[in-house]
Amino acid sequence: MENTQEVTIQELQTQLDALKKKVGKLEKNRKDQLSMAVVSGDMDKILATMIISLAAAAMDTQVKLFFSFWSLSALRDPKKSPKGKDFISKMFGLMLPRGKNKLALSNMNMAGMGPMMIKMLMKKKNVMSLDEMFKQAGELGIEITICEMSMDLMGFKKEEFIDYPNLRFAGAATFVADAGESAMQMFI
Amino acid sequence: MATDLKSLKSDLVVDARGTACPGPLLAAKKAIGEIESGEIMEILSADEGTKNDIPRWCEKVGHEYLGFYDEDSFSRLFLIKE
Repeated sequence: MENTQEVTIQELQTQLDALKKKVGKLEKNRKDQLSMAVVSGDMDKILATMIISLAAAAMDTQVKLFFSFWSLSALRDPKKSPKGKDFISKMFGLMLPRGKNKLALSNMNMAGMGPMMIKMLMKKKNVMSLDEMFKQAGELGIEITICEMSMDLMGFKKEEFIDYPNLRFAGAATFVADAGESAMQMFI
Repeated sequence: MATDLKSLKSDLVVDARGTACPGPLLAAKKAIGEIESGEIMEILSADEGTKNDIPRWCEKVGHEYLGFYDEDSFSRLFLIKE
């Protein structure tokens, strides 16, 4: 009699341990975290990325941004011009916007008139500038990771990106791992 | 409610009238560290969306949102820190 009871408690303990493990895993999968894959290099989409990220960070959500392909232009520092690029990389460097303030709009770009008008309107309506948004993002601990593969593909060098706290360089698996444990994932 | 709010004494007033979304929220988040739990914070905002955003922030982070009332060209929003 006593013996069977002991066995039951032991069984329960095993089941409880298994459940705890599962719950732990589930909790980890739903972290209060926002992961965004930022692929577009359009000014409007970078603006949306930064506004959503800042709002999330203000609401105590951990934010992880993964910049890839055209979005890398937004992270270029116009003051930096790295040496030692091959011909094609140089061409890419010349054709792509040098930094967030040179980005085009996805609509109404009108050969650069559109972005100029948007910047004027943003100032008039007290919307933070992209420079200010990146500064705030750094202060709020928003993490930025640069896709190393697209960086190589487009011929960018690590030295030509903006000074941003803890700028990381990684591959797609880093985004997948980050996104997998985030309660929110976005692609823009 | 409105008369109640008007007689409230805020422990901290955050003037975020010079900034649009998400500026007021960022200003509020930065300022909340300056007051103690149970104290009242007042946010001045000229951004209409803030009236919806601040209560959602409070709901998520745990502060008690008290409400708002409008002045001529801006609003005053009130909350108690968790």
